[in-house]
Amino acid sequence: MVKRFGLFSRRRVPRGVPFSDEEYEVTCSHCKKAFLRSVLLDSQFICPECGAYIRIPARDRIRLIADKDSFTEFDAGITSVDFLGFPGYREKLTKAKDATGELSAVVTGVMRVGGRPCAVYVMDSRFIMASMGSAVGEKITRLFEYATEMRLPVLGVTCSGGARMQEGIVSLMQMAKCSGAVKRHSEAGLLYCVLLTDPTTGGMTASVAMEGDITLAEPGALVGFAGRRVIEQTTGAELPKNFQTSEFLLEHGFADAILPREKMRETIALLLRQHGKEAV
Amino acid sequence: MTAYDRLKIVRSSDRPQGHDFVEALFTDRFELCGDRRFAEDPAIMAGIGYLGDQVVTYIAIDKGKDLNDRMKKHFGCPLPEGYRKALRLMKQAEKFHRPVVCLVDTLGAYPGAEGEERGQGQAIAENILEMMGLRTPVLSVVIGEGGSGGALALASADRVYMLENAVYSVITPDGCASILWKDASRVQDAAACLHITAQDMVDFGVAEDIFREDFDRFDKMCGEIKTRLLCDLHALCAMSVPRLLEERYNRFRRIGIFEENGSIRQ
Repeated sequence: MVKRFGLFSRRRVPRGVPFSDEEYEVTCSHCKKAFLRSVLLDSQFICPECGAYIRIPARDRIRLIADKDSFTEFDAGITSVDFLGFPGYREKLTKAKDATGELSAVVTGVMRVGGRPCAVYVMDSRFIMASMGSAVGEKITRLFEYATEMRLPVLGVTCSGGARMQEGIVSLMQMAKCSGAVKRHSEAGLLYCVLLTDPTTGGMTASVAMEGDITLAEPGALVGFAGRRVIEQTTGAELPKNFQTSEFLLEHGFADAILPREKMRETIALLLRQHGKEAV
Repeated sequence: MTAYDRLKIVRSSDRPQGHDFVEALFTDRFELCGDRRFAEDPAIMAGIGYLGDQVVTYIAIDKGKDLNDRMKKHFGCPLPEGYRKALRLMKQAEKFHRPVVCLVDTLGAYPGAEGEERGQGQAIAENILEMMGLRTPVLSVVIGEGGSGGALALASADRVYMLENAVYSVITPDGCASILWKDASRVQDAAACLHITAQDMVDFGVAEDIFREDFDRFDKMCGEIKTRLLCDLHALCAMSVPRLLEERYNRFRRIGIFEENGSIRQ
């Protein structure tokens, strides 16, 4: 393993500043009204018009949770490769990179919340629906390995369409690879807190998203394993309206709480405080 | 032979199923049932038996004998209680220091409302998580279809073997075709693109070895499989637990192909 020095001193290749203030319009998928990004940052991406939860880009999520200027990014130079020559994958990757400015579907690093240090990964649904391939698997695994070594809690903010099929079986194996790192982190007695956001499905649900000590879910988020359409086609069953929502999860015992965005920061700070890392 | 040809072979109902392999591989068996949480899932056939001279816990996915049996077993698609039953028996094997042998043959975990209500994703996740820390050797043989997370939940193991025509895939080629091309009939193309054959698994480091198929001499074939499994088990049982866990961790840790700061890592 690479020798590392100090909490924030791991040598990384910087790729510009973690947060930009670029202004652009974001459309609410519910009421179709467009808002300036700065307006949505102020409202925590809750639509000022209709109150719907708008999906939050990974970096903006971190900005909403982390103490000011406390976030340091890890492994920003990791990106996906089309090693199977899978039809259309190369184009999809280029499009996702251009549209988001990201190199992969997850942002990882360390931050402070309420003064307390915490490792964090946040997935970005704009990047090929945050599907989990080798790049995502490697970044999450490294983050857990780092957190175990530095004795840090981990916050994971999930959203994902599942394993990235364009990377074939190698993407399925990322589920076991990340889980191995989560297991070591857990056995070291460290906290792993998951915040499920819309949508968290498939292989993500069948691995790291469901391996937390504490599982929080955003109101109304879609969280499930099999797709609704697949279930309807396979079983012909009529599914309840709230099927596979956060509320459905809470009702069936698979989440600890529904976490509204207004409470996100303070709740995470409280959980970190309860799990004992000193404020710095 | 194309990937699709192999897919058709493993899906044919006259191929030996999980229960056939259980009967041929393990002697003096005692079958165990239930997850102690909710129910018994007959799609998972498990118990204690002898692999040669070695007592093991065997856990097999069985697609069923006749139509009635198949329907009861959801054609080999386990429910959460099936995965929790498997985990219960793996933990039991850990307690009694006996190795675990899993036989995998599933299209995938059962996609149904009851599965979602009872946490299908969580059940699979917990199996993978716990298997990564299980303090006893685990071998997995994909005897037919290795369908996605539903297969990985019994294959986060120290060694994984493929039968000659067995396939292992992140998503069913049928599902891939319908998502990607909105055309389920392009399953042939999807099977090729996904790289699902036994040789692909060895090439990607997902499986250690391939077992030759000879169903006309099924017992002889299973005898050879048994010899190989026993040989590997003996080596794994001789390891200290920390080393066993370290090697299992690294077995998965090194899988992944990505680019880092301009150079390809694999």
